Amino acid sequence: MESHRLRAGRVIDGFKLEELVHTGGMAALWRVTKAGETRSMLMKVPFLGEGDDHSAIIGFEIEHMILPRLTGPHVPAVIAVGDFAILPHLVIERLPGKSLDARLKDAPLSPEDVCWLGAKIATALQDIHRQHVIHLDVKPANIMLRESGPAVMIDYGLARHDELPDLLAEESDQPIGTNAYMAPEQVLGIRTDPRSDIFALGVVLYEMASGEKPFGNPSTRAGMRQRLYHEPRPLRALQPHIAPWLQEIILKCLEVDPDDRFQTAGQLAHALRNPDQVVLTERAARTKSPGFVKRVKNWWQGQNRVIAPPMRVADRLDKAPIIMCALDFSVDEADAISDAVKRLVRRLLETDPEARLVCLTVLKTSLVKLDEALDQGGRNIYLKRLVALKDWARSLDLLEESVSFHVIEAVDPAQAILDYARFNSVDHIVVGARGHSTLRRYLGSVSSRVVAEASCSVTVVRLTFTGEDDDTSSVHGATPEMDHTGG
Amino acid sequence: MRIAFCADIHGNRAAFEACLLDSGRRGYDQLVILGDVVGYGPDPQWCTDQVRDLQAKGALVVRGNHDASLREGTSSMNELARRAIEWTLTRLTPDSVEYLTSLPLSHRQEERLYVHANAWAPALWDYINTPREAERSMRLTDARLSFCGHTHVPELYHMSPRRPAAAFTPLTGKPIPISTIRHYLMVVGAVGQPRDHNPAACWALYDTAKREYTIYRVSYDIELTAQKIRETAMPQAMAERLAKRLFVGS
Repeated sequence: MESHRLRAGRVIDGFKLEELVHTGGMAALWRVTKAGETRSMLMKVPFLGEGDDHSAIIGFEIEHMILPRLTGPHVPAVIAVGDFAILPHLVIERLPGKSLDARLKDAPLSPEDVCWLGAKIATALQDIHRQHVIHLDVKPANIMLRESGPAVMIDYGLARHDELPDLLAEESDQPIGTNAYMAPEQVLGIRTDPRSDIFALGVVLYEMASGEKPFGNPSTRAGMRQRLYHEPRPLRALQPHIAPWLQEIILKCLEVDPDDRFQTAGQLAHALRNPDQVVLTERAARTKSPGFVKRVKNWWQGQNRVIAPPMRVADRLDKAPIIMCALDFSVDEADAISDAVKRLVRRLLETDPEARLVCLTVLKTSLVKLDEALDQGGRNIYLKRLVALKDWARSLDLLEESVSFHVIEAVDPAQAILDYARFNSVDHIVVGARGHSTLRRYLGSVSSRVVAEASCSVTVVRLTFTGEDDDTSSVHGATPEMDHTGG
Repeated sequence: MRIAFCADIHGNRAAFEACLLDSGRRGYDQLVILGDVVGYGPDPQWCTDQVRDLQAKGALVVRGNHDASLREGTSSMNELARRAIEWTLTRLTPDSVEYLTSLPLSHRQEERLYVHANAWAPALWDYINTPREAERSMRLTDARLSFCGHTHVPELYHMSPRRPAAAFTPLTGKPIPISTIRHYLMVVGAVGQPRDHNPAACWALYDTAKREYTIYRVSYDIELTAQKIRETAMPQAMAERLAKRLFVGS
């Protein structure tokens, strides 16, 4: 192993070292080129010489193991993987621009910036969690933005893939992570909970919104343990102009007990993108740090915290899906179909109590008359639909914070449903389908397009008819027709 | 090179056939039989013949404690195992007993050690059930990778230099990348009598080019093997216990 003798101009596995871009504690980053390769590339070469810190090598081993198994826009693309026995290295795409760290020099950022950046990062985390990986070192220096929009999580040296051995499993005599951002359970050595990334993102959001770190930057273990019982100062005490809903979202991320946080990064992204749907609790109202009695109570709870047994990342995500039901109130059988949808949704929510329900209806607008928002009686159609949606959901008896309502206007309802689901990390779409008719067979239906094109599971609910020869087509109850498409 | 591992066949013909079929379908260049060809199961002679045949075609075979006990005696065994071996002896030709008891205790192939129980004293048959025991074994061999059987529970232990070992339970069909700067000890699950509460027969594959280790589980006709056990001359209660074990995988 000869990582120390690298210099510009040398060629390794066909890649020419052009320029040393960065030297960290663990590895050197070289800008590299290769004949026939147009992408901008970086080669990461770990320090593996005599006397080098062994834990630094483990970090590279982990990245070497996990990064090639991740795909999509939220991770840097892996171009080549070097043989560990000869010269270990990773060649990855070089992302243009700087990390979020650079942007934080201007903190506090505007609440709008905090929100759209936060939603992008949460979406990236949700994608990584869906691929079985917990990042465990979410911090501004490890977040970048693509020019095309998506956030990218970099540096997987502390990450955990829940289908692979944890190479840091035996290193947990010390909390592993970045002190200012580490979740309380991570301080205690737990490396199995994707909600630790949600806590760390909460710290990033807090820092973006206020310019300060909620728990400072402790260097001792006792200092780090403080977050087990120490409530961060409310953001509104630092920045009075911060909206209660934004404080609600950020402080919810920073809850000590993972069960009290957003349960998935997808749910967090949804909240950041739909501030009007955020339910305000006592968190939103806080304007000063807790008093003595509350601090003692928090401390006591912190000392006596019960640690839940670990759960697989996929199981964790499955427990808290975002379920979207698309309802159509404009058709004749609307009541019967939406009742059938409701019965199915109720059953789904019974099995996944932590699910979040998104109720959506599409207001079909024609291309010519875009601004016709009033009906013949002069009432606002948008508001009418919103009332209808809420009315529909009332008998489901849902907690206010676990349901949201959306009326969207679109020319093409199927496309609107698909776009909304993709943009909001929806896990499961429930959509009603009208009965068979010759006309629809030619025109195609909304539900069949959703089934064909959705990037998540879809359940189609259809009313059951008695049969072709029954000319009254009387409805005999409704059976959801399970039509699960792959996720 | 793709290396297929079968451990603890224990005279279970249906399970062994299912694993050979599955591994053959997925493809391998080298087969390694990690010991305990016989004991407990109803088809010791057929399994021994099959293993000899595979060995003639290039498979590597090591001796397990049940194989060894055919000559060394059963004093260290529990009653169930002992009485099963007594019955097994009545079903094996003298030539087969000679073959099984003369198998080598271990094989070494490049950086890999193949042994039934552990590397520190292969003939004493101590079990590896914890990271500490795995570490002991890994420190007492210069082979970077050890492949064992014996516990009937699939497990992977890994260790970097100067650090303690850690355990990981492999997931079926999920390849595990094997680092070149780490030591590993793979306990391959059992073909013929799984004890990890999954009754499916287990075999494993190591791909030296990709440096990936994967375990596979295969369903087989458990009822057939159970029925054959009940039809042996083993005492009825004992046969029933052995049969039941196959269904619950413990």
